[in-house]
Amino acid sequence: MALSNEEIKRYSRQIIVPNIGVKGQLKLKESKVIVIGAGGLGCPVISQLSGAGIGTIGILDYDTVDLTNLHRQLLHTVNDINCEKVKSVERNIKERNPNVNVITYNVLLNSSNALNILSSYDIVVDATDNVPTRFLLNDACVLLKKPLVSGSALQLEGQITVYNYNKGPCYRCIFPKPPPAETIQNCSDAGVISPVTSLIASLQSMEVLKIILNHDNVLTEKLLIYDAADVSFRKIKLRGRNPSCEVCGDNPTIKELIDYEQFCGTCAEDKNPNLKILKHDQRMTVQEYANMKEEHLLIDVRSPNEFEICHLKDAINLPIKTIQSGKTDVKLVNDMKLKQVIFVCRRGNDSQIASKYFSEKFNIQSKDIIGGLYEWNNSIDKEFPIY
Amino acid sequence: MEIKLDFGGGAEVLFDNIKKRDLTLDSSKKWTIRTFLQYMKENLLTDREELFLQGECVRPGILVLINDTDWELLGELDYEIQPNDNISFISTLHGG
Ligand SMILES: [Zn+2]
Repeated sequence: MALSNEEIKRYSRQIIVPNIGVKGQLKLKESKVIVIGAGGLGCPVISQLSGAGIGTIGILDYDTVDLTNLHRQLLHTVNDINCEKVKSVERNIKERNPNVNVITYNVLLNSSNALNILSSYDIVVDATDNVPTRFLLNDACVLLKKPLVSGSALQLEGQITVYNYNKGPCYRCIFPKPPPAETIQNCSDAGVISPVTSLIASLQSMEVLKIILNHDNVLTEKLLIYDAADVSFRKIKLRGRNPSCEVCGDNPTIKELIDYEQFCGTCAEDKNPNLKILKHDQRMTVQEYANMKEEHLLIDVRSPNEFEICHLKDAINLPIKTIQSGKTDVKLVNDMKLKQVIFVCRRGNDSQIASKYFSEKFNIQSKDIIGGLYEWNNSIDKEFPIY
Repeated sequence: MEIKLDFGGGAEVLFDNIKKRDLTLDSSKKWTIRTFLQYMKENLLTDREELFLQGECVRPGILVLINDTDWELLGELDYEIQPNDNISFISTLHGG
């Protein structure tokens, strides 16, 4: 492999850094790095690694862009709201450095897909926001023998270290047990600020480059803690690899991935249950529904009691339980085949389940309303009762 | 015996939200981390005990440091506290 003239010019300012050189740049070009999470940590990491000329960058994130992301997740724009995060990130990389081979995964990382996805990369960057995924990534990296560059941030503090590298400890060596679920603070409850996530992300990017360049002082067996409140960096000395660690020890008991949500007692996402079953183009916003003029069939899948409390004009009630038990009236199913069907529920979760069900069982293509009646109240009709 | 105590990563919310303290411990007796944790529980902890301790140990998810070194390297509960030690309790962060 060699560098093209375009690459030599593009990377010239970093090639002349003594620790890199042409050899180093070639190593970057030959390397494959996957970033888990395209959020506050992931965006700067991806931006920096793609700029630096990493040959292949994998980006994994199941989520869509939300307005509350934009203050810190700086690769997404207002035009990307409700679209897949991996898409806006991919576009951003391509616009800046088309040399990078970008591979996107719009999935939630779990025990059944993790090994398969991670196995084709050299280095894994943990830019996630929750405990179960951190344990999952750790165990997967130990099983696959890959270094894990781990960052986290909350409020005015950030932490970064490299696990499972050069005989150093893994996450479980330091934290054999998950914290009690009630003690975990997340971004949506506790808050997070862009300079902190961006700074931790920069430190992660630098450790990735150092690992690729075989630098001999990678941040392993140490944890770097940044506190913006007193502008302090503390590099603390961690214990080494634990020979009796359950996953990386001499006689490991964890030899395949387990159920991490169960192990941690928490969900692998940092917000209220918000199902992502349907693709963006299979859904509609409350504004789109409010402006809809075509004839359609609006099906409210809440329970009869909830339907009685309030419902949209012309909605008919078909509870999700009735749907899932296969007891939907045949006449209604036939009617659904003739009209545009829209599903609605309280928050936009069951409506997706219903839409998927009729698509799979009866090949009926429908849409559902994002955010359900809550969002209707929030954006369209403040008088509409919510409960 | 003078020591310094500090909290990070949100562990301070269990201790009246004060991140740094200077403490004077009774020098007439020997202090280990084990006895110091009991002292903290009785004198400093302002939140529920189970958010800080599990049995006589610190709950999972809080790192204990003595002079910026993981307590596991120094004897954990049996470490004997020395004058001017800086003892830290750092909660791990998970956000991003
Ligand atoms: Zn381990």
